[in-house]
Amino acid sequence: MAAEKVTSAEFEEKVLKSDVPVLVDFWAEWCGPCKMLSPIINKVADSAEGFKVMSVNADENSDLLDRYGIRAIPTLIVFKGGEAVRQSTGFIPEEQVRALIND
Amino acid sequence: MKDVIIIGAGTAGLSAAIYTVRAGKSALVLEAAAYGGQIINTPDIENYPGIAHISGFDFATGLYNQAKDLGAEIVFERVTGIREEGDHKVVETGNGQQYEAKAVIIATGAKNRTLGLPMEKELVGKGVSYCATCDGMFFRNKVVAVNGGGNTAVEDAAFLANYCAKVYIIHRRDQFRADEAEVERLRKKENVEFVLNSTITKLNRDTNGLTSIEVADKISGETRTLEIAGLFVAIGQAPDNSAFANVANLDEKGYVTAGEDLLTGTPGIFTAGDCRTKSVRQLTTAASDGAVAALAAATYIDALK
Repeated sequence: MAAEKVTSAEFEEKVLKSDVPVLVDFWAEWCGPCKMLSPIINKVADSAEGFKVMSVNADENSDLLDRYGIRAIPTLIVFKGGEAVRQSTGFIPEEQVRALIND
Repeated sequence: MKDVIIIGAGTAGLSAAIYTVRAGKSALVLEAAAYGGQIINTPDIENYPGIAHISGFDFATGLYNQAKDLGAEIVFERVTGIREEGDHKVVETGNGQQYEAKAVIIATGAKNRTLGLPMEKELVGKGVSYCATCDGMFFRNKVVAVNGGGNTAVEDAAFLANYCAKVYIIHRRDQFRADEAEVERLRKKENVEFVLNSTITKLNRDTNGLTSIEVADKISGETRTLEIAGLFVAIGQAPDNSAFANVANLDEKGYVTAGEDLLTGTPGIFTAGDCRTKSVRQLTTAASDGAVAALAAATYIDALK
């Protein structure tokens, strides 16, 4: 089960109102480092316990980028209780992705 | 024990891996982050001989798959040091692992230089960027600044001027290192303002990210505040080879001192790519270094018997 795709219309319901933390991957088709990170995000999604992993296409959901001050991708944001609590920009290896969620 | 350990899975490292296995030697590539190195960020490579257009990601992935299919082993761990143990080398990684090999090729490349200003790191992705072609899209109709005086800075400014309301190009001197033709093209753009003899002294932010920068003119002594949504830092690259100072000579900028023969001065330790002293840093020269270093390593190993 790879990262679930989510749009800005669904964001409130699926991410902000989630009862467990959600790791959101903001990516785009033309972004090289995003493609490097995707397999890692999907791997983390496959074994996710106690949290969810979702992905947002940055080109199609620019209102979300404005809302969260995202000016580069890939950007990962961890949401807890509707708040963006931690984030990271650029490619990071798997252990750092896991550390972002587990902290 | 492996025949050759290659440190870094960028273009030089993966090229070295290909030549190593085709020379009949075993290769282990150790990579700290992702394969591909710097080229991953480039959306369109147009100057690799034989390939009219290819994305950095496709080029790097092709190289990675080629190396793997030929039999190179690629492991994702950060190398923290190299030790000499009699007739072989020991390469240590951050996980505490120790890998043995007869020869080592240092192909660690380089990273974009940072300004070294407070808040710079936390503003990456929130206004500070080192890659205009990667992140320029997010600044349509906004005001941005580029810092630097070389071709990259000037080209970045020209690229951004097509998307952004205004581009400041900030350079600490009044002469650019960039090609004069590129600078002239930039001068003709109406939405580009040149801020010369100046350095960025401060980054300012709000909860959303970067809001402005302070710029000091070293001749007039005046400071200006420029309100910008994005700052693109293009002040060159920096290598990171301090972990190998015990086995390789490093120059004052941290590059491994080596010539076209790719010898480091330590028998059995070679180098390849952007991480060494050289005048042209391109995919072509990285691939070339990888091949030459691999063949030199193979010859060295054969002579050990």
